[in-house]
Amino acid sequence: MEVLKIATAGSVDDGKSTLIGRLLYDTKSLTEDKLEAIERSSKQKGYDYLDFSLATDGLVAEREQGITIDVAHIYFSTATRSYIIADTPGHIEYTRNMVTGASTSQAAIILIDARHGVIEQTYRHFFINNLLRIKSVIVAVNKMDLVDFSEEKYNSIKADFEKLVAKSDYEDQNITYVPVSALKGDNVVEKSATMTWYKGQTLLEYLEHLDTKDIYNKGKMRFPVQYVIRPKTSEFHDFRSYAGKVYGGDISIGDEVVVLPSETKTKIKEIYFSDKKYTSASRRSSISVVLEDDVNLSRGDMIVKVNEMPKVEKSFTATISWMDSKQLVAGSKYILQHGINKVLAKVNAINNKIETDFSGVETDVSNLNMNDIATVSFQLNKPIFFDAFKEHRTNGAFILIDPQSNNTVGVGFIE
Amino acid sequence: MKESLNINQLENEAIYIFREVAAQFEKPVLLFSGGKDSITLVRLAQKAFFPAKIPFPLMHIDTGHNFPETIEFRDRLVRELGVELIVRNVQDSIDQGKVKEETGRYSSRNMLQTTTLLDAIEEFKFDACIGGARRDEEKARAKERIFSVRDDFGQWDEKNQRPELFDMLNGQIDLGQNVRVFPISNWTELDVWTYIEKENLEIPSIYFAHKREIFMRDGLIWSHSDYVFQDEDEEVEERMVRFRTVGDMSCTAAVDSHATTISEVVAEIRESSISERGARIDDKRSEAAMEKRKQQGYF
Repeated sequence: MEVLKIATAGSVDDGKSTLIGRLLYDTKSLTEDKLEAIERSSKQKGYDYLDFSLATDGLVAEREQGITIDVAHIYFSTATRSYIIADTPGHIEYTRNMVTGASTSQAAIILIDARHGVIEQTYRHFFINNLLRIKSVIVAVNKMDLVDFSEEKYNSIKADFEKLVAKSDYEDQNITYVPVSALKGDNVVEKSATMTWYKGQTLLEYLEHLDTKDIYNKGKMRFPVQYVIRPKTSEFHDFRSYAGKVYGGDISIGDEVVVLPSETKTKIKEIYFSDKKYTSASRRSSISVVLEDDVNLSRGDMIVKVNEMPKVEKSFTATISWMDSKQLVAGSKYILQHGINKVLAKVNAINNKIETDFSGVETDVSNLNMNDIATVSFQLNKPIFFDAFKEHRTNGAFILIDPQSNNTVGVGFIE
Repeated sequence: MKESLNINQLENEAIYIFREVAAQFEKPVLLFSGGKDSITLVRLAQKAFFPAKIPFPLMHIDTGHNFPETIEFRDRLVRELGVELIVRNVQDSIDQGKVKEETGRYSSRNMLQTTTLLDAIEEFKFDACIGGARRDEEKARAKERIFSVRDDFGQWDEKNQRPELFDMLNGQIDLGQNVRVFPISNWTELDVWTYIEKENLEIPSIYFAHKREIFMRDGLIWSHSDYVFQDEDEEVEERMVRFRTVGDMSCTAAVDSHATTISEVVAEIRESSISERGARIDDKRSEAAMEKRKQQGYF
């Protein structure tokens, strides 16, 4: 079964939870006992409609405050495919959660309240989807029922958003606009009976027709060695295979490859998935490979095809999103995890802080706070094998770990 | 071998997670209940490390109130796999006076498992416990990370979780802490059943329709057993039922069913209108039931 993961972004009260609830309700994904719980809870609170947001707001604190404070995952499926929605909060202070949700998504929904149009928050949401290279973005103009389903209103919001898109440097991005009313159910799953002027697809129709092969950004084949399999049994006495996930491109038997960091050349002899052998494997498959020659690899090493060398360097510049309450200060040291490979990294300099509303950069910055996005240069204790994030969505990203707290404190996108 | 690999995204993600556990931790353990989710986990672990054996033991926290069918099944599977099975009993925690047996109409040993589990983690110094929880099961679980850090007391701090970006898993912990790992986080109940069908996995017989002595309470079907408190006016009858989850007998309700094969079960679930945990009596206690138990160290 195909799985499509979607990130959602919207400001407080844009009706994001209601939209998700509506998607679940209209695709008949809310089961009787969940519906019952929603009805019971809505009644208790004295609402005269079903409060779908209760279907997604998971934690007690959220229910009490009536806001979403963390990334929640919601599941539903249609005959076409399974969907996972990463429900990420839209508050200004929660950039970190949005970046997190978007990092594992292949598409994004940006919600706009039709009464308020494109606001500063919208800029920030679009900026993050852009930074994360989300290829398919759906702009859902919600609460159309509160602006009399006005085509004029919708068109002016669309025009404002297009001005924003013009500032983006991500040319391959596909942007779609849909006027919806999540509360009334217009153009979410079912076509609107009122907005007959809209001729496009409903939100779900659009998702159903997304070509999943196309939404994953391609790159060169990268195979980081995750684990070395040595059974040491009589049946597999000298067997040694390298387990890992294939990124970017395909891998086949007979491929001429280079092993990093030793730069030894060899060939792919066998490809295993579980106990079966295959002639080739595609991106995102968790396989193990046997090499033609006796090359000794360990975790963190990387297999690439000849003539497709990544950069092998000890210093680089990256855009980072800071996620910890403890500030990032120039000169401090972190554990840098690039895929599965860990090295030590020192922050050489914070070059500038990037305003997430496309208004430019702030130079002369000496530290970063949670939710800041900035360009930072790093020095490593040993080289890593990377590509620019814009060319390789997996091999160009890393996380930073605080060696004292062990927390994941930031994510970086290599330039 | 003349074919190229067609991947199942969820299966590949789970295999990747298993390999991260083996690489990042010193003493991982797979928590095995004998239920369909943990059976799925075992199959995925086999695939991740073939042709080597699964490089960690299985552990069962036995409430002593399990369906006998589940225990028989567990022991057979472990023999076939040739892996080590550790069993720790809730009864021992009761005998040691660490926990007190619940009494009354809704008494269950489900909550008591937590103490036994935490003691076992400490006894064996496990630093990673792999479990079969899924995010689609319940609202609080929807926020669970794939690598979920627990403090020295086994507690989950849901407001202070590490962000998980792309597929990078941060398993760095301090001494005394441990990580709960959920390789099938992103699977739904139907995904698990479809996988069991495709892989032709054997599962305990209670998952299939069978005649059982039951009684009705609060609109749910309860199994008649010595372990389940029953009022005098709650009449026992025989009915064709099956179970959708395998908690212990005191917290798992049955559903009416005539599905005797996996494909019939899959068909039934596709049409089903009661979500899986709807038949778990322990969640009905309150809307925040699961979240509260998790904060205390429950799985």
